Amino acid sequence: MASTENLRQKIKSKRKALQASLTGSSEVSDTQGLVSAEMENGTRNENATFIEDIQDEDEQAENLKQTMRAQRRRRKAPLVDDVIEFNHEESPQDITKITRRQRSLPPLGECTPSTSFAEYSMREKMREKLKAARSKAQSALQQEEESASRYPTDLGDQSSITQFDTEVDEEYAKRPRDAESPIPPPRVRFREIASRLKPKPKEGFPSTEEAYNFFTFNFDPEPEDSNEGSEVRSHPQTLHDVDQGEEEAAEEGGEESAVSKDEEKEEEGKEEDERLVNDDEEDEDDYLFIIDQTARDFLIVKAPDYEGYNNRQQRDRKVLFIPSILSVSTSEKVPENMQPRFLEDEGIYVGEKPKVSKSNQNIIENRLLKNEEGKRWFGSDGRVIALANPIKQTKTRPPIFSPHDEVDPAIETLYRKAERSRYNSQYIAGSGEPQGHFQLDIDVAGIVFSHHPMFSREHVLEAKLAQLYDQYQLRQQKNLANLYTDKLCALRKAVNNIAEGQGVQNPMALHRLVEYKSEIRATRRMCHLEQERDRTLLKNIIKVWKDIKSLREFQKFTNTPVKLHLRRQEANRKADELSYEHEIQAEIAELLEDYQEVYDSKLEEYKIKYEEWKSWRKARKAKKKQKRVAGEQQDDDTDESLTAEELPKPDPPEPVDPSVVEEQVRETAARIYRKPGEPLLYPELSMTATVTPTNQCPRGEQLRRQDVQRCTLFAKVLFNNKEVSRTSSRTLGIDFRIHFGQIFNMQIVNWPESIKIQIFQTIGTSTTKIEVFVPIPETSILTGSAPIDEMEFSSDQRVMFDHEGVGSGVAFSFEVDGSNQLILLTSGKLACSVSWAVDENGVPLVPPVLHQNYGIQSTLKHLDAISSIGATGLTDTKKLAKWAAESRLDPNDPSNAALMQLIMSATNGEEPNKDYFRLDHLQEEFNFLSEEALNKSKRFRLLQLRNDGVTEFLNYKQIPIKDSEISEKIFQEYKNKQCDRETFDLTSHLDVHRAKVAKYLQKVRDSVTSRFLLAKHHYTLPDMVIEEAVPSISMLGVNLFRLAEPRRPLRPRRKERKKVTAQNLSDGDIKLLVNIIRAYDIPIRKSMGRPALTSRSARSVSETFPTSQPPQISAESPEWCTDQVSVHPFVEVSFQRIVRQTATLVGPNPNWNEELELPFRAPNGDYSTSSLQSVTDEVFINVFDEVVYDVLEDDRERGSGVHTRTEKHWLGFVHIPFTTIYSQSRIDGTFRINIPPVLLGYSKERNLASERGWEAVRSLSDGSYLSLFITVEPHLVPGEPVIEKFESQEDEKLLQRADKFQKEVAQKFRNRRCVTTVTDLTGKMVFVTRYIKPLFPPQELLDVLPNSSEATMELLARYVSLIPFLPDSVTFAGICDLWCTSDQFLNLLAGDEEEHAVLLCNYFLALGKKAWLVIGTAIPEGPTAYVLSYDHNQYVIWNSTTGQYYGQFDAFCSLQSVSCLVSAENVWFNVQKYETVMRINFDTSKSNLWKPFFSRSFPFPGLSSVQPDELVYQHTDKAAAVELQDKIEKILKEKIMEWRPRHPTRWNRYCTSTLRQFLPKLELSHGREGGDDHCAELQSLLGDYRISGFPIHMSFSELKPVIEAVHSTGVHNTETPLAEFALAVYIHPYPNNVLSVWIYVASLVRNR
Amino acid sequence: MWYQTQGWRSHDAHAQWRGKGALAWRRDAGSGRRVAGTRSTVMLGVKPSVFLLMVNGQIESADFPEFDELYCKYSYVYGHDWAPTTGLEEGISQITSKSKDCNQGFVWNFPMEITFKSTNPYGWPQIVISVYGADLFGNDVVRGYGAVHVPMTPGRHKRTIPMFVPESSSKLQKFTSWLMGRRPEFTDPKVVAQGEGREVTRVLSQGFVTVSFNIVTKDLKKLGYDTIPPNNQTSAMSDG
Repeated sequence: MASTENLRQKIKSKRKALQASLTGSSEVSDTQGLVSAEMENGTRNENATFIEDIQDEDEQAENLKQTMRAQRRRRKAPLVDDVIEFNHEESPQDITKITRRQRSLPPLGECTPSTSFAEYSMREKMREKLKAARSKAQSALQQEEESASRYPTDLGDQSSITQFDTEVDEEYAKRPRDAESPIPPPRVRFREIASRLKPKPKEGFPSTEEAYNFFTFNFDPEPEDSNEGSEVRSHPQTLHDVDQGEEEAAEEGGEESAVSKDEEKEEEGKEEDERLVNDDEEDEDDYLFIIDQTARDFLIVKAPDYEGYNNRQQRDRKVLFIPSILSVSTSEKVPENMQPRFLEDEGIYVGEKPKVSKSNQNIIENRLLKNEEGKRWFGSDGRVIALANPIKQTKTRPPIFSPHDEVDPAIETLYRKAERSRYNSQYIAGSGEPQGHFQLDIDVAGIVFSHHPMFSREHVLEAKLAQLYDQYQLRQQKNLANLYTDKLCALRKAVNNIAEGQGVQNPMALHRLVEYKSEIRATRRMCHLEQERDRTLLKNIIKVWKDIKSLREFQKFTNTPVKLHLRRQEANRKADELSYEHEIQAEIAELLEDYQEVYDSKLEEYKIKYEEWKSWRKARKAKKKQKRVAGEQQDDDTDESLTAEELPKPDPPEPVDPSVVEEQVRETAARIYRKPGEPLLYPELSMTATVTPTNQCPRGEQLRRQDVQRCTLFAKVLFNNKEVSRTSSRTLGIDFRIHFGQIFNMQIVNWPESIKIQIFQTIGTSTTKIEVFVPIPETSILTGSAPIDEMEFSSDQRVMFDHEGVGSGVAFSFEVDGSNQLILLTSGKLACSVSWAVDENGVPLVPPVLHQNYGIQSTLKHLDAISSIGATGLTDTKKLAKWAAESRLDPNDPSNAALMQLIMSATNGEEPNKDYFRLDHLQEEFNFLSEEALNKSKRFRLLQLRNDGVTEFLNYKQIPIKDSEISEKIFQEYKNKQCDRETFDLTSHLDVHRAKVAKYLQKVRDSVTSRFLLAKHHYTLPDMVIEEAVPSISMLGVNLFRLAEPRRPLRPRRKERKKVTAQNLSDGDIKLLVNIIRAYDIPIRKSMGRPALTSRSARSVSETFPTSQPPQISAESPEWCTDQVSVHPFVEVSFQRIVRQTATLVGPNPNWNEELELPFRAPNGDYSTSSLQSVTDEVFINVFDEVVYDVLEDDRERGSGVHTRTEKHWLGFVHIPFTTIYSQSRIDGTFRINIPPVLLGYSKERNLASERGWEAVRSLSDGSYLSLFITVEPHLVPGEPVIEKFESQEDEKLLQRADKFQKEVAQKFRNRRCVTTVTDLTGKMVFVTRYIKPLFPPQELLDVLPNSSEATMELLARYVSLIPFLPDSVTFAGICDLWCTSDQFLNLLAGDEEEHAVLLCNYFLALGKKAWLVIGTAIPEGPTAYVLSYDHNQYVIWNSTTGQYYGQFDAFCSLQSVSCLVSAENVWFNVQKYETVMRINFDTSKSNLWKPFFSRSFPFPGLSSVQPDELVYQHTDKAAAVELQDKIEKILKEKIMEWRPRHPTRWNRYCTSTLRQFLPKLELSHGREGGDDHCAELQSLLGDYRISGFPIHMSFSELKPVIEAVHSTGVHNTETPLAEFALAVYIHPYPNNVLSVWIYVASLVRNR
Repeated sequence: MWYQTQGWRSHDAHAQWRGKGALAWRRDAGSGRRVAGTRSTVMLGVKPSVFLLMVNGQIESADFPEFDELYCKYSYVYGHDWAPTTGLEEGISQITSKSKDCNQGFVWNFPMEITFKSTNPYGWPQIVISVYGADLFGNDVVRGYGAVHVPMTPGRHKRTIPMFVPESSSKLQKFTSWLMGRRPEFTDPKVVAQGEGREVTRVLSQGFVTVSFNIVTKDLKKLGYDTIPPNNQTSAMSDG
């Protein structure tokens, strides 16, 4: 035992060390931990007795459990093997552990070989175990948490024990044998405890105390089993199953007593629960919880629960119900003790029930029966109640039979555009909300006819009676007579009171008395009137009734139920008489009094008058006496006075006679008052009379009654003249009353303007209509409270019947003799009421602002102030206030608040001097600065100017922040310029007229520019976003094809480039690329000193016409053959004064193929589209001949040195405006070189081979040509022409047609431009034919060559071409193409192709030629307009801007394609296959070649021309022309000197004067003839000079182009030191200030 | 011919930039500006007083959830009265790949530094950032445009700019543009800093770019523009 003791000590110390290290120990791998735990458990079992520390209670519990198991194990020792096997199977994953266990097992195996339980097969046991495990699943589940929390502690505790593995193992190996003996005692103790614990329920939990007691018992565990225990523990998931399995196995084994087994079980449960409690209690064991959370601990592997199919079915059966598909017997479905009843069999109609399949029906029936109340669903026939099948078997829509699959035109659906309602603008304010917010209820109650054509006579009387009776009743109601009588009484009393009480002294009372009396008088009069009326009314009633009665008697039948009763009230005769008399007396007294008063006053008057008269008489008498005394002198005067002032003697008033008064009073009383004793009569109208039945009536009456019954009426309700609804049709009753009693609820959107009810009366087939206007109710009239009004109506329609009906508008009489005729018109009363509806919440559905309606037509006026008083009225507050008062503006309506406030302030006179109306009266508060301050600040002014896009400030950067930093100078410049606009300086324009024109042009430009300012800011998607176009099929095909294309083709083609919008460009970004390819037929040099050969650079008109003479062909020049170096041409391109040149080649047909690159600089650095479009710069392409002169002075040096001088001689030029390049993006073609008519020292080369026999070819190749390609790099997007619909005064139809026409032709011929409508100078669309009209050219021009029409045409073309050319894109900054009329054009003296062509065309037409305007494309202009004339069976094409003309088959015609022809009457579009001039047939009558705009289907509507009737030409001032000529010459000379800063420029005056003489000749010959002559002349004159020069001809517009042209020739570049110059200018004036400018420039070098 | 050689110049520019990688470059647009400058001084006679705005900062990162391998360009858009005095006006960043962490952000940390002078706060500079990247087929396509005003108050600011790209005008175009790798682009990235003409475009939002600015101004207050809020003069420094 000592060894044991030692061992214990040893282990104890070890464990302590371990525990110390435990806290710091980290997680070791699970297997390792488990292994160590296994060993440690062994030690612990051994040392169980020593472990008493409470803090290690956990371990103790562990130990205890293991001990217990060990005990159990010992009992069933033979089982152990199997169990181990089982474990082995269960945990195959842990191989290392198993091997270890096997290593330690052998002794155990040795120990238990002879067990008696060996016969159990392992499989059997396992099955049992499984069973047991399943049954215990619940308890296991309960405990699994506890076990899960237990193991980690063990593992953690002994994690670091691995190092002692071997030692401990060895010791364990020994232990089992030693520990064999001490087993029994613990068992005994165990039993005792067990017995003590017995009263506890089996599954109950032991208390803490018990558990403690239990666990602190000291017993020796069996070391043998510890192994297994720990083994089991190493599989935490399966532990319980296994444990319990073991127990079960032990139970099965049945070796031990059942008691002990129970105990054991109990113990086990107890022990585990105990541990749980401990865990809870021991808070200090925090680490336990931390270690708790390993994934493994939460994982529970468990066999899936299985429930037998039968069980489940059983259970399902309780919950689920599956209706059977078997049919249910009828008895179940009908109520008990009842037979099913089949309604159908009983003959009652039962609809066909919808078809339901039998099985479904059964299912539903079963399902319904399952419910308690399911039987309700069954009908008496025992079937499920169902509605009849709603689906009709037949089609309801009639089929449309049409023979050709076409819709019958009668029922064809036509699209008609929705029309706007006429009252569109009258929507009720705020009715944007759901419609029908406002509702009018119209109650059409009925109609009562007061006269109807079908009235019989009786009816007429009856109506009259009824009317009178109504009147009577009304009067009765008012009872005016009584009222007045009472009043009279009261007044009389009052008078009496005054008279008696106060006396007459009091002036007040007196006054009042007088008042009263007058009132009494008035009242009495009224009273009498009323009483009289009452009486007459009564009399009338009685009379009419009598008439009726007599009529009834007469006609022997009764037609109306009316019956008048006269209730008679007997009166007390005495009392009556008394009151009657009293009344009369009172009246008499009063009257007397009145009369007395009147009399008194009259008497008074009389007295006065009498006095006057008396005094007057006295005076007269006295005067008469005086007269007699005074004598003759004063006779006249007195006479006059006597005659004038003679007064009649006044008559005294007659006194009142009381008897007369009394008589009067009695008379009236008899008339008015009821006689005393006469009974009071009260008429009562009743409808009690029996109407004679129809069959007893005479025929006429029968017919009438039939007619009445046939008569039907209905009423239509019209709202704002639109029918809203109508009543049902009612038959006219015998009493001519109709009751509709229909209420129409109208939800309205528009303002109610009128409500009208139309009454339609139908008798047989005829219909009559009567209209009744119903007033629109005020907002206060709401449904419910609205009284029914009676609207009277009448109709003047004449109706006559042949029966008893009296008709309408027909005279009839009640008398037998036909006297006393009556004409009655149909009339009646419509009872109806109109009111605003009230919704459920009692809110009236009244529009918000509904003013009092004064009349139907004025409704709108009241709503809108502006329409009512006009816009100007708004500024007049008084007017506004008046209007507001009139229209009774609702002051509480918020929409009127602003107006009301304004009116208030105006009417209150708060601001009486404020006589303006300000729209935004609060604006001032938000103003940034006051207006003055804004104007005063230079900075703000500058900012504003910049913002307005004033050109001077447009690109102004960094406007200074302080005013002081801005100098006035800036504005000064601007102001100066503004002033300049008014007064043009003549230096730049030289010509007053042109200055004016320029000014006008500027104005037009400004106005047009501002018009399109907005359009410029209109962006499209391509402006913003670059997006690849969707490839079309063809494109894809091309792309595919392209794949096979060679990489570097032999003949490369130009590809389309990507476009760049000109917004992020700066200087230097844009380049002009000019590709000079080749030139043809360049003039060649003539040898010096010989007369020049023919130089025919231009062709005469005679050539093109058949009358041409054989051309002059020069004799062959021998030196041509010998002189190989005929010409050394090179091309110089100058643009914006930047010059590039090609290499010099040899020969007249050089092939340069050279690319020149010229930088482009936009004006002001502004690269916007509009700016680029207005660039007026031109590209000059000049052809020069390089002449090399040998300047070696000394022949001896020739061998050693070369000393030459190079000169370039200008041969010709081509100029292309930049705008053309920009707008077309590329220019590609062969251009004719403009060669001056006279080129001194050069001649055209003649192709000898083709000299004869090839007339046509030769004539075609006449002139020199240059092949070019020009483009801009990068590819700029030309400004899109503004495609905006301009307003137009053209007929809408015409415009539509034009649109359609253009679209049609654009589909077929995309490239051909169709012009139908153009924009005129005011920006309106005008049809193009309006521009064509014969207009007479200046008479002077016609007089020049009166005989030759061709020559005249030529002259006219020349005249037109002399008008300067100015593209629209320049004029109007690329906004659009504007067409000026010819007079505008001549006034402006500038225009582009269209204007030129139109003018020329009009001239030709005036000459009586056939001429058309040609719309097409040309080189280099691009889209352009030419003129086509037809004469001598030949079509001639005229370029109106150059004056050149071509025959139709001219190969060098600059017109490339023709798309449109325009005449004064029509526009033809070219629908031919080809568009080149040569291949076109110009016969416009063929509609398959030329599609006419106006055809038979759309004839020419006879559009008037926009052209003036006649052009007025001003005579050009010749003196001014001469002056201008001198001015130009002077300026040019200065310029040339300026361009030659390094050399002195000498002018050869002799030569100049000679040249000056030539120029008029050139002008006369149009620069065509006489060149040779004057060359010869020049040569002879200047024999000793080598002269090179040429005349330049151009139209005159400004000085700048002239200078540019001279500069571009480069004459000034001559470097020859001794060169002299000659310059002559000639201006030929044509009418209307058209000037032809000739400049002759020459340089002379003296021959040595 | 030259036509062929120049064909796709502007498009190839991206490729050139990509080749240059992180190299920032400055457009030498001097000539135009110099012309204007001399003109104004000639007209004015005296040198105008200006205020200065110094911007330095960096395009820090971006968030484009769907894309990878992106680079960005920046430029400034400013009004008439503004002129850059020093610094780079335009730049192009390196290509960056998506980060591997869960945020999947792009980090460029691309610095920028520029000083403007101006006489007028109208037209305050805006930075325009456009992001590009390769698509499925390796075509260089635009991934986003965005612009934001340079902060006005001195101090440190951080701005997150939402980015967008123009949409194709139709489904078919969308498809073909995807197929051909030629997505719609703005004619000029600077249009995103302007309001004009935007109504014709349809855009799709793409992601975000975060830019940090450090702003220093000079003489702004002297010239009467007080951009610092009165109560948080100090907090403005730590703003963002």
